[in-house]
Amino acid sequence: MSEPRVERPGLYYPKLPTTWWLRNTNYFLFMLRELSSVFIMVFLVLFLVELYRLSQGPKAYGAYLETLRAPGWIVFHVVALAFALYHSVTWFKLSGVVQVVRVGERQVPPSLVTAASFALWAVVSIVLLWFMVRG
Amino acid sequence: MATRKTSEPFWWLLFAAGGMVAALLVPVHLLVNGLAVPLGWTSISHARMLALAGHPLVKLYLFVLIALPLYHWAHRFRFVLEDLGLHGWRTPIAILCYGGAVAGTVATLWVLWGI
Amino acid sequence: MSDATITLEVTRYRPGHDREPHPQSFEVPFQKDWVVLDALNHIKDRIDGTLSYRWSCRMGVCGSCGMMVNGVPKLTCAAFLRDYRPGPIRVEPLANFPVIRDLVIALDDFMEKLRRVKPWIIRAEEKPVSEGEYRQTPAQLETYKQFSMCINCMLCYAACPVYGLAPAFVGPAAIALAYRYNLDSRDEGYRLREPVMSDAVGVWECTFVGECSVVCPKGVDPAAAIQRSKLAGATDWLLSMVMPWGGRR
Ligand code: SF4
Ligand code: FES
Repeated sequence: MSEPRVERPGLYYPKLPTTWWLRNTNYFLFMLRELSSVFIMVFLVLFLVELYRLSQGPKAYGAYLETLRAPGWIVFHVVALAFALYHSVTWFKLSGVVQVVRVGERQVPPSLVTAASFALWAVVSIVLLWFMVRG
Repeated sequence: MATRKTSEPFWWLLFAAGGMVAALLVPVHLLVNGLAVPLGWTSISHARMLALAGHPLVKLYLFVLIALPLYHWAHRFRFVLEDLGLHGWRTPIAILCYGGAVAGTVATLWVLWGI
Repeated sequence: MSDATITLEVTRYRPGHDREPHPQSFEVPFQKDWVVLDALNHIKDRIDGTLSYRWSCRMGVCGSCGMMVNGVPKLTCAAFLRDYRPGPIRVEPLANFPVIRDLVIALDDFMEKLRRVKPWIIRAEEKPVSEGEYRQTPAQLETYKQFSMCINCMLCYAACPVYGLAPAFVGPAAIALAYRYNLDSRDEGYRLREPVMSDAVGVWECTFVGECSVVCPKGVDPAAAIQRSKLAGATDWLLSMVMPWGGRR
């Protein structure tokens, strides 16, 4: 933890209000991006519960799926899906900037790295979809 | 704080790995397991789901899918709380967030073990 | 001169006099080719000679004229009045810094941080001048060039909520500069800068809000420099776990 700064007399020290993230669109979008992790986490916990109920037999599993059919949970999952997509998009965009890829001496442009990530995302999603839905 | 100094890269790596897993895998699972199956757009029978989840490789996959993004959540949520002005509470916040992720990891192992 | 005018709401703060800064309105002639700095100069020359602010080059190189213009950190010598019509235009001191007077902020904190990252070429062993200069290929220059364009205007600090909340944070420009020297093929100071970078107030404080890179007038992209430094730091850490006997450089 940093020490509190020594304030010199005569100077005016501004305080950043806790509502700073409402000040401009970029700050607000940043907050949404960070909060997407909460929705993803809650979904994964629900999914874990589903796996737990799965291990308890067909009846428990069926009952749990029934619970998930409640409008409240459906709404939650729709919202969570929107946040998850937002996370993916921002993640791939930013990781293109963070991860410097070099071919020989030249740096691959971040936009190309991002495009490759999007392609990978699409392929992985389609494969998983096919794997889960067939049969 | 010496401990903070040395543990930061560790949590950041878990955060980065979890963020990648969440970005690549979570949307499609949300679509299928959160919406399509409950709404009956497609059905995965108990037997098939059990057979799937019982496979060791799938178990490993599920572990990665669930456990890693928990650290991604813990890291981001910790800093969101700090950014919202709870700077004075950073140590308890860090313990709660990362502790939550570790607890989630243990729970995941336990559930997957039982399948 | 045309008859059109535009209003500037300028923050005033007189130390010892005012408890808090407060805005004061000035009406200035509207000129198509005037920037906010021209309007401030007009106020100082013609309306109120006590108005205090910093500027020097008037051409976006010295980095001293940074202020908040309608809440956004800007070089006032590059912010045209015509882009803010019909006004009024709010002109405030750079956010997150202590205010000395009116639009003048205290720089010491930033200066100290700049020094702390040792922004110069460090050699394990200096070679004598007679052996000539340290040479570099264009490609080696290219790796860090973007990060060397910084003019120390501190707009990025004014845009950074992390710095605003915890002023101990080393901050965007200083880290970008450290990164610039770390990338330089002639430099051997990575290890010496590392304690500052991986300190409790170093790169790990950053939450990648990204606004520093948005407001930077020179396209430095400090946010990228910080995240890449994290990646480098984390990779280092991992290597030191796998092979405790040696790391990089
Ligand atoms: S990084 Fe950009 S915004 Fe920050 S001080 Fe340098 S030039 Fe100014
Ligand atoms: S006056 Fe020098 S940068 Fe604006």
